[in-house]
Amino acid sequence: MQALQELARKLLTDKTANVVIGWGQGPRGPRPIFVTQPEHADRLIFDTRCVHNLATYLNPRRAHLVPFVKKAVVVKPCDARAVAGLIRETQVKREDVVLIGMRCGGVVRDSDMDGKLTEATVSPRCMDCPDREPKLADHLMGEEASAPPKGKGPDMIAKLDAMSPAERWEFWQKELERCVRCHACREVCPMCFCDRCIADKSMPQWIESSPHPRGNLSWQMTRVMHMAGRCVGCGECTRACPVDIPLGLILRKMTQTVEERFGYRVSDDPTVPAPMGAYRLDDKQEFIL
Amino acid sequence: MAAKTSTDKASFKPRIAAFVCNWCTYTGADLAGTSRLQMAPNVRIIRLPCTGRIDPLFIIKAFERGADGVIVSGCHPADCHYTSGNYHARRRFAVARDVFGFMGIDPKRITFSWVSASEGGKWAEVVNDTTARVQELGPFSAYREMEARV
Ligand code: SF4
Ligand code: SF4
Ligand code: SF4
Repeated sequence: MQALQELARKLLTDKTANVVIGWGQGPRGPRPIFVTQPEHADRLIFDTRCVHNLATYLNPRRAHLVPFVKKAVVVKPCDARAVAGLIRETQVKREDVVLIGMRCGGVVRDSDMDGKLTEATVSPRCMDCPDREPKLADHLMGEEASAPPKGKGPDMIAKLDAMSPAERWEFWQKELERCVRCHACREVCPMCFCDRCIADKSMPQWIESSPHPRGNLSWQMTRVMHMAGRCVGCGECTRACPVDIPLGLILRKMTQTVEERFGYRVSDDPTVPAPMGAYRLDDKQEFIL
Repeated sequence: MAAKTSTDKASFKPRIAAFVCNWCTYTGADLAGTSRLQMAPNVRIIRLPCTGRIDPLFIIKAFERGADGVIVSGCHPADCHYTSGNYHARRRFAVARDVFGFMGIDPKRITFSWVSASEGGKWAEVVNDTTARVQELGPFSAYREMEARV
């Protein structure tokens, strides 16, 4: 932690960065903070409750942060994948960000928990996470970490795959009828970077904006399609959803398809091309007559 | 489009929306017509410049508005008027098919095909097969039932 604070102080003092985006103590556990003064660098903390994916603040849609230009961001290995995604899709220039990579052995589900990592408290995104440190980083901090506990839960994808289409429809209707169309899932997402989201377009209106199951379904199907080859599985949308819709389940299903069909794996290597912007002449087409 | 579709299978006449590209499938469908091929009368064609212009959202919208089935069709690989629109579309629909299926839309209600300008016969087949398949599945009443529950 001290090393992190020292580095932040140095970056701000010599103007390598105009802001350091990291975690600080909030009223209910760690929360994102923006440090612009070297003397405030000691507010930075890092522990297993630092769940937020701060790469979302590099998203050019966040107009209030754009003027800072040079930003330093504290990233866990999973957050680095989102940074790579933003660089890959030309939303961020590599030279405009300083990445402070943290070694990580998993975080808890939410920042207001006590931080003890167990099978029951570990965040779903950490369960299969193979990376203990980010490769995409300018600085590497923190102690060597061991693998996060393996959380046990039913394999929901397999469970849904085994259902009939009508049963799956029923399952999602029950979930989506709670959606209040707050669009928090989009707002929190590092990879939803459109100036104007399709959900906000009204002429013509593609997606009904009132919280009605019809528009709710359209909204999630569309957002998941837009996340194809883009979603880094950070789970922030699911965490932000006020009515606990298991959005990650659809996104994981989509990610599986993208991986199986196009051999694309989410990584923190920005040079790998985005799968939906590319194609192969021999892409499988068994579903096309 | 207030749908008065009977749920009775025998009297059920499927409504199928077809999104086709201008250069291959639309011309192929035209050929099927001018060749006077027998085709099920259930398909409404919506012509777009390219399969690359067909957003998966079109499929959802068609179902929302009462379609029982959807056809998406364009130029064969290597034949795209814009060189690569169909290759991009192929990736997109591979994912859309899985995502929509996972959320409860029966993939059997959606047909993807390549139909060239000279394949009037294949177009007639696609139309007839899709209509028969959707006829067998029955009306896509899920959206209408949704109206009833809210
Ligand atoms: S949901 Fe789609 S249109 Fe909306 S911001 Fe995300 S990627 Fe853009
Ligand atoms: S998990 Fe959710 S918030 Fe994270 S990248 Fe994917 S869609 Fe965006
Ligand atoms: S965050 Fe949840 S409630 Fe809000 S729009 Fe997204 S799915 Fe709906």
